[in-house]
Amino acid sequence: MAAITLESVGKTYAGGVTAVHAIDLAIEDGEFLVLVGPSGCGKSTLLRMIAGLETISSGAVKIGNRVVNQVEPAERDIAMVFQNYALYPHMSVRENLAYGLKNRGVPKDEIARRVAEAAKILEIGGFLDRKPRALSGGQRQRVAMGRAIVREPAAFLFDEPLSNLDAKLRVQMRGEIKQLQARLGTTSIYVTHDQLEAMTLAHRLVVLNGGRIEQVGTPLEVYRKPASTFVAAFIGSPAMNLLQAEVSGGRVRLGGASLPAPGAAEGKVTLGLRPEDLQRTRPGAEGALLMNVAYVEELGAQRLVHGTVGGQSLVCAQPVESDLGDTLTLTADPAAVHLFDAASGKRLG
Amino acid sequence: MVENRRFLNILAHLVLILGVAFVAFPVYIALIASTHGQNDFLSGVIPLLPGHDTIRNYSAMMTQGLASSGAPPLWLMLGNSLIMALSISIGKIAISIISAFAIVYFRFPGRMIAFWLIFVTLMLPVEVRILPTYKVVAELGMLNTYAGLTVPLIASATATFLFRQVFLTIPEELMEAARIDGAGPMKFFWDILLPLSRTNIAALFVILFIYGWNQYLWPLLVTTGTDHYTIVLGIKRMADIADQQPEWNFIMSTVVLAMVPPVLVVIFMQRLFVKGLIETEK
Repeated sequence: MAAITLESVGKTYAGGVTAVHAIDLAIEDGEFLVLVGPSGCGKSTLLRMIAGLETISSGAVKIGNRVVNQVEPAERDIAMVFQNYALYPHMSVRENLAYGLKNRGVPKDEIARRVAEAAKILEIGGFLDRKPRALSGGQRQRVAMGRAIVREPAAFLFDEPLSNLDAKLRVQMRGEIKQLQARLGTTSIYVTHDQLEAMTLAHRLVVLNGGRIEQVGTPLEVYRKPASTFVAAFIGSPAMNLLQAEVSGGRVRLGGASLPAPGAAEGKVTLGLRPEDLQRTRPGAEGALLMNVAYVEELGAQRLVHGTVGGQSLVCAQPVESDLGDTLTLTADPAAVHLFDAASGKRLG
Repeated sequence: MVENRRFLNILAHLVLILGVAFVAFPVYIALIASTHGQNDFLSGVIPLLPGHDTIRNYSAMMTQGLASSGAPPLWLMLGNSLIMALSISIGKIAISIISAFAIVYFRFPGRMIAFWLIFVTLMLPVEVRILPTYKVVAELGMLNTYAGLTVPLIASATATFLFRQVFLTIPEELMEAARIDGAGPMKFFWDILLPLSRTNIAALFVILFIYGWNQYLWPLLVTTGTDHYTIVLGIKRMADIADQQPEWNFIMSTVVLAMVPPVLVVIFMQRLFVKGLIETEK
């Protein structure tokens, strides 16, 4: 177990393309950190630099108190779970688990003990002698995690490990990874493009965009106080509504409607409203948003109403039983009103 | 075909049987000829039914050879051919797989040049470069040696290209996983690349074994003494005599024996690589 520290770590490829810009990050011992962002945001590159599979162009990566920039992946005391599992196809599950230990000269009885223990934790004892091709996707995923566990490393690195599974299995494995990490208490870094996975797994999540950190925080912090319009649109499903608006006289105004925004500076802003924070109010209420309903998506637990407010599109979540007309009168709590700088997209207040 | 008509069935079988007969008939003739005595051929009619001299023909060829046409006993020539075919196939596979490994998995200056130089050797078969090659072998004093027979034929990395393509299909994550598992480059080669390439190695071995076994021109040039004669060379020597009837019974028994090792290699390796095809998944 160890803390991992990144000190202005950057990656510039030979062609001059910078994938990661000087990132500073401290990952605590035993923490489950999730790197999340759209494809091409540098999250995988960052993980691979920590693993030692990618050279570090600038800055330093520390595992424990040791700078590992020049250390071979095998000597970094980390284990990695790959998206396509990367199991050795010609070896049985048992050999797959034992391979890394054998290469390190771990005694035979110790290898057998650790393999048995990992097999017990992951419930893969029944097919230790099978080849990977004889396993289902979920079982392969477990074996890939088993290969990481037997090493008893300082940190686990996960590179989108659930992307190749079907939706149902993904939810199940997500739960298992969370429990496993809590039980072993091993520092883990997990890369995903799925914001739901990030929200559910992370102690802290790091939202990356274009090779830079947009925000670091616990899932709730990031959800409740997104640092920028990028984070606001990326985290949360359905996505937050972002509308062009203007602040004057302590209220944020949008066409004829206005919502309370105490203390906000006057001028143009981007107004963020989560669909689930919009409530219906009585028709004719002062400052309420008048939404023209375009269409409705039934989700079972709730329904998503798509429409427009003053020409800008808006989505709001409504209870299933609600009786909808052509127009909805909506309002939101002052606490649910997010304001962002219209130009930079950074959070105001 | 979807239709199942009696006439079409008969026609299909007829075509197939004709095809098989067409291919197999010469082999049958050779087999039959090797069972007859010397005098059965003098009439000019090739016999179609087995004769009574099988054991005499084969034992004579194995132990004494055909002194009149300068052919040593068959076991010697079979041995020479086996040494040649095995050295060529194993040598070529070893060289190709190692050079493909270097080209695919290591970044070094001149990597692409090295690859293209190897690739160019594909375009130069032995016959094209035979004179300079002979000169080099002669100067090195390798005439009438096994090294002279095999080394020039090994020294073209024909299969490098094939192994390169095989390695390119192996996911990069496998190499990365091995690196994290503490396997250095050579360990990765032995523990992962080699087992994953074994079906390709088997297929290539079959092709190269037959290529080496059937070599004629090169052995003809570099061997002058009968000690290093190969079987194909021997057959040619026996058939190529002046002033007398070729002894077809002996020649054909040599031909039949010469066919056995390649056939065995094909049968044995076929099983291995079919098995490999079913088992391997990359």
